[in-house]
Amino acid sequence: MAKVELFVNGRAVTGEAEDRTLLVHFLRENLGLTGTHVGCDTSQCGACVVHVDGRAVKSCTMLAAQASGSTITTIEGLSPNGELHPLQVAFRENHALQCGFCTPGMIMTSVDMIRRHPNGLDEATVRDQLEGNICRCTGYHNIVKAVLDASDKMGKGAVKAA
Amino acid sequence: MYETQYHRAASVEEAARLMGEAEDGKFLAGGMTLIPTMKQRLASPSDLIDLRRIEALKGVTVDGRTVRIGAVTTHYDVSTNEELAKICPAITNLAGHIGDPQVRNMGTIGGSIANNDPAADYPSALLALDATIITSQRSLPASDFFIGLFETALQPDEIVVAVEFVAPDKAAYKKFPNPASLYAMAGVFVAKSGDNIRVAVTGAGEGGVFRLKDAEAALAGNFSPSALDSLAVDPDVLLSDMHASADYRANLVKVMAKRAVAEISNRPM
Repeated sequence: MAKVELFVNGRAVTGEAEDRTLLVHFLRENLGLTGTHVGCDTSQCGACVVHVDGRAVKSCTMLAAQASGSTITTIEGLSPNGELHPLQVAFRENHALQCGFCTPGMIMTSVDMIRRHPNGLDEATVRDQLEGNICRCTGYHNIVKAVLDASDKMGKGAVKAA
Repeated sequence: MYETQYHRAASVEEAARLMGEAEDGKFLAGGMTLIPTMKQRLASPSDLIDLRRIEALKGVTVDGRTVRIGAVTTHYDVSTNEELAKICPAITNLAGHIGDPQVRNMGTIGGSIANNDPAADYPSALLALDATIITSQRSLPASDFFIGLFETALQPDEIVVAVEFVAPDKAAYKKFPNPASLYAMAGVFVAKSGDNIRVAVTGAGEGGVFRLKDAEAALAGNFSPSALDSLAVDPDVLLSDMHASADYRANLVKVMAKRAVAEISNRPM
């Protein structure tokens, strides 16, 4: 068994898990943070994306033991006071979800994307950067709109040269 | 995933020792290939020895035109290194187009070359750049390091520490990614330093990455895309699978090579 020590959504947590336990299962089953989803078994879909030390990572492709010592932010950590994060607002306002299963991963990926593009985003970049996230409802159009909307509203002055 | 024992090494020496003690161990870097493979139960190492937190393996150093990239440097960190982008944008650009953003945030150059996937991007760059692979035991040129499909010169307890190369005058990498997996169906890296031209191909060779010496010879006299018009790429040494036949890949190799040369020479295809 591995001892896993993490700083999750601003809280220090310690737990035990089998060495082979994936980070996503540790988050969901040990910590009860079920906002992070498992949508495939092949590391393709991105429903499990969380931030590990500030970067978007597929938590189904990292062992909990590997992550030990890291700072993790999950979808639950984006709105600690109950007030929605600007990306969550943008997803709601742009109807950027159909069944909603991929949404936590889409949002966590997009938060990372907007942080990495301080000069703004255009549609082609957003579509390219969402490569690791699959929406099985195929609702990409509104997801892209929501990310661009959030990028604008987060004060990044999106460069939307079409 | 089958059971395994996880170990976090603090130094290269400790990692090698842990590997020596393991029954059937594997080194773990970013895990972007190894973890998915273990999830599918296609690999079942008794022990995983994690190299990712070893400080000595991290980071990019640029000294004049000499570049050293530590083995556990992520694709993201290579792709965003401004010093490196100034002297060798081909490699930062290559790193920025490996897999998806999440893969680039975790995946490492050492892991990529140690795995030597026939469709991985980095092997073509290191072969074309005539890079030196520095391991825990020795230094060897890329041409001796990459041996075949998923095969390298690495011994079981040997660890990639860094790669080093001298930035070429000019270079470009062009790939045709499989639209689903994003792995190269053909990727061609062209490097030019004075009269020295090296062309390396990934994604297409049935023995993994290889140099395209006919293209190098054709470009030596006339460094322009048209010099490759009559290039015949031998399909007999290329992969043929559900994604592309060897003949199709042969054409892709030629087209990617021409695109790379077009970019470097600033001449139309």
